Amino acid sequence: MTELQAGRDARTLDVPRIDARPQRYRDALIALVAFIILALLPAFFGSKQLLDFIIRCAAYGLFATSLNLLVGYTGMISFGHGMFFGLGAYGFGLMMQKTGVPVPVAFVATLAITCVIAAVIGAICVRLKDIYFAFVTLAFQMLIHSTILSWQSLTGGDQGLRGGIPRPPFLGIDLSNHLHLYIASCALLVIGLLLMRQIAQSPFGYTLRMVRDNATRASFIGIDVWRAKLTIFVLAALFASTGGMIMALFVSGAYPEFAYWTISGEAIFINMLGGVTTFLGPMVGTMLFLILNDTVTRLTEYHGIVLGIVILFFAIGLRKGLMDFVVEWVAQRRGQAGEHTP
Amino acid sequence: MLEIRALSKSFGGVKATDNVSLDFADGSLTAVIGPNGAGKSTFFNLITGALKPDAGQILLNGVDMAGRTPPEIVRHGIGRAFQVASIFPSLTVEETMLAAVCADQRRASVLHRRFPLAETRDRAEHAMELLGLANKRSRTAATLSHGDQKLLDIALALVLEPKVLLLDEPTAGMGTEERWRMIDKVRELWETQKITVVFIEHDMDIVFKIAPQIVVLCYGRILATGTPDAIRKDDAVIEAYLGSEDHAGATA
Repeated sequence: MTELQAGRDARTLDVPRIDARPQRYRDALIALVAFIILALLPAFFGSKQLLDFIIRCAAYGLFATSLNLLVGYTGMISFGHGMFFGLGAYGFGLMMQKTGVPVPVAFVATLAITCVIAAVIGAICVRLKDIYFAFVTLAFQMLIHSTILSWQSLTGGDQGLRGGIPRPPFLGIDLSNHLHLYIASCALLVIGLLLMRQIAQSPFGYTLRMVRDNATRASFIGIDVWRAKLTIFVLAALFASTGGMIMALFVSGAYPEFAYWTISGEAIFINMLGGVTTFLGPMVGTMLFLILNDTVTRLTEYHGIVLGIVILFFAIGLRKGLMDFVVEWVAQRRGQAGEHTP
Repeated sequence: MLEIRALSKSFGGVKATDNVSLDFADGSLTAVIGPNGAGKSTFFNLITGALKPDAGQILLNGVDMAGRTPPEIVRHGIGRAFQVASIFPSLTVEETMLAAVCADQRRASVLHRRFPLAETRDRAEHAMELLGLANKRSRTAATLSHGDQKLLDIALALVLEPKVLLLDEPTAGMGTEERWRMIDKVRELWETQKITVVFIEHDMDIVFKIAPQIVVLCYGRILATGTPDAIRKDDAVIEAYLGSEDHAGATA
């Protein structure tokens, strides 16, 4: 029997098949359990510091995970993803300060604005390849940052949006209450992650993987590569914007740093820390990054150097993110165990 | 029926495809041969939309494909495999097939359901069995042998159920024995699937043995078309390509 003929008898083989449905319920269940644990946390650990940490994790986590939809799943290295984080923070803050609409309305309106701007910027950028895409996204980030700085009458320039963001209670939720804000942030985080997980595991998610692996081949099986890239660019922007809104609520303001290119750099840093081959890698990276940032800034003013050394360790030492490393290690262990039990 | 009408393409001053007109009847098997730089790959690239022709028509059942994008042309039913296996390295064989069927069913942008979709299974399964890849379904494409990667590339084209299948050197980079296995497979697919197959091949022994119809390209022009016997006796072909001695000398 030749190699080419071998497949004819394959039907009799009992091969595990990919099954889609249980996965979906499993993910929903995990999300639910995670949310319940997070929601019950304040009852046991009342520390404001811990809750603050988790709120920041929610903001940065949504932002970094959405970048991974571009970087890890589609192979689009955006250096300007932070502009949508800033856009979310400023859009939401301005809407609440200037118009006084209810929080949910401002939330949806900010997403709508982000969607339009991301579609316009994306339409220009996604045709570009690799380094050109990276730099043009970076250029747009700088454009938005300078707009914020120079449009003083609207944005307060380098002072940022000051005077606090009003947050009238809605549906019994009062976001000026720290606990309410905490629960709302957790809910947004869990729902956001669940939605992104759905995107990653949908047929569209596999279209993205094909585009990443081999865009030319993808177009020769009938995929409109440009459309796929633009779609994920806009979707990712929406989640980044949500992260920005959580951040604006948390600090009760918005500052030009939220839209500066370094925020994009931090998201890339987080992705490198956590790893881009697993869905939760960026989330793990977020926690590592924030812990690292908090402890290092407390201990030394040269925190930049320490962060630099850490990233060198991950990039050169492990050559992958933490979650990539863990997943490979577990797979190896399993492989070895399998060899012992034939 | 695939009809090529006065197709031309130049790169700078070089005419890579020069006023080529050809008919490929439904269900025919045709080999395209020619020395390096004869414009064989360019010819395929024009038909599949990778390159835009300067002039001419590519009629698939009367509909002009010239100047359309690759996704459009694929959806009209012209599939292709590549000289260097063009696959998705990080996807498994099965995922590759399932995702390709998804794309063919216009479900590549579906967001609200989970991959893989139940309605894509049968076709994916069928294609894997046709190419003998079913027992390697869980292997990532990158870990497959060279020969299997070429098969996966062909499976990717075939799973879309094309009317016309273009194979750019299906045996490239293979040893003698593997070549024959591959070409037997190509012939088997042609016979069982009843589709139009056009393939580029360098090995003259293979071409003369299995192709009922041969097209000889040289400097972007058609030098000759016909049955293996007619090509063998064609003076222009002998002079320009096969050489005065045995045709084995032309084997790439």
